[in-house]
Amino acid sequence: MINFGYSIAPTRVVNLDNCDFDKLQQLERIVPSFKRCINCGACTATCSAQQFTHFNIRKIKSLFQEAQYEKLAKELDKCMLCGKCTLVCPRGLNLRPIIMNMRKILNTK
Amino acid sequence: MTKRFWNEYQKEIADDHFFYERSCIRQTFFPGSETAFLRIMREELHKDIRDEANQHTCTGIGYHSDFVPLETTMTVVARLFSLMTEAGYTNYVPSCVTSFGIFSEMLEMWKEDPALLEQTRQYLRKATGREFEVPTNLVHPSDIIYKFREELKQNMKYQLVNRFTGKPLKVVEHVGCHYAKIFPEQGIGKSEFPHVLAGMIESWGGEVVDYPERRHCCGFGFRHYLLQENRGYSVANSKKKFESMEPYEPDFIVCNCPGCTMFMDKWQYTIAEMENKTYDRDGYGIPVLTYEEMAGLLLGYNPWELGLQIHQVQSEKLMDKIGIKYDPDEKYRGVNGKILPKPHKPSFLKQ
Repeated sequence: MINFGYSIAPTRVVNLDNCDFDKLQQLERIVPSFKRCINCGACTATCSAQQFTHFNIRKIKSLFQEAQYEKLAKELDKCMLCGKCTLVCPRGLNLRPIIMNMRKILNTK
Repeated sequence: MTKRFWNEYQKEIADDHFFYERSCIRQTFFPGSETAFLRIMREELHKDIRDEANQHTCTGIGYHSDFVPLETTMTVVARLFSLMTEAGYTNYVPSCVTSFGIFSEMLEMWKEDPALLEQTRQYLRKATGREFEVPTNLVHPSDIIYKFREELKQNMKYQLVNRFTGKPLKVVEHVGCHYAKIFPEQGIGKSEFPHVLAGMIESWGGEVVDYPERRHCCGFGFRHYLLQENRGYSVANSKKKFESMEPYEPDFIVCNCPGCTMFMDKWQYTIAEMENKTYDRDGYGIPVLTYEEMAGLLLGYNPWELGLQIHQVQSEKLMDKIGIKYDPDEKYRGVNGKILPKPHKPSFLKQ
């Protein structure tokens, strides 16, 4: 083995055919408004936690939709449930039950 | 019947009298390819082609890496065109796909903004005292080989056929992003159905492998490989292509662009060293040839004069399949007649 000073970057392609969408479907059953999100990112822009950590609701939502659940539980712990995101959402989503149910589904809290 | 859209577009390719510009990468890594192209043009097709001694870089790598400003690139390109003008030619043939993209870009900008052309004339005049004319026909060498592929076939000693099975060889073709993705009109079949290499393969008896990542970038990407730390991203692109083509078991890869040829060839060695993985069944790797090397082999040229021994993945198994005769003892004979020392063998990739 030769050390070339770099490693091969892993692919970022998500093969949706190989993903398990059970958790996503479970969330959409409990909070159907989750489907209304248009990924605008207003929630992330206004988020207090985002100003001090790498917490990003929009990213979490995208990862959940792509069934990329790894490390999500730890990220969700950063949310303080203040509800500022709900105030600015142009689609009228209540994000607190979404975060709470994501935590439950991922067996965190 | 399936409609072949590429048939609707054939670019204009001059018949004779070409001014040839060599490639920085090819002169270093595949010098036999350019020599073979000139030999094919002169000896097989009996065309007039000028190989100018005073030529220089087009700044392509520096330009795409943001080291060289646009005005400098324009002036350097203008100097190359001035060499063509002074030699009395109007048909420009850059050996490299990157150069081809650079020239297409400059010509398009001058066409859209004549003031820019006038400014470039002034820069060149001030710097060198030279004048230049814009070429009437800009073609890549592969365009010329494509145009005369049937004429070349008449002179060929071999075909792209496996002599053991009688079946066509399965060939992966990689056209290169800067051939037609920047200016689609500059490529045969435009950017959606570039037929330049596929046409050669089909005419010469082979079968083109249509694999999922066929049009994906090789990973060259200029700035992406210049810094050592970034090269993992470059390898990842080639790896993606290799993984995609592996199930089709291609006999070899043929490339249009110098950078693609280099990376598709050398990254196979890198991946083999890093991950103990090759993408052929026997562990020898998939040979990567330039289109001139492919044409030269079929025309019966000496594979060692074509420079196949300089490639990372060796081509003996491919030549055995086609039935090409070669002398293994001559493989490392230098131009001075002496046998050169053999290169070190890779630890995983068989040779």
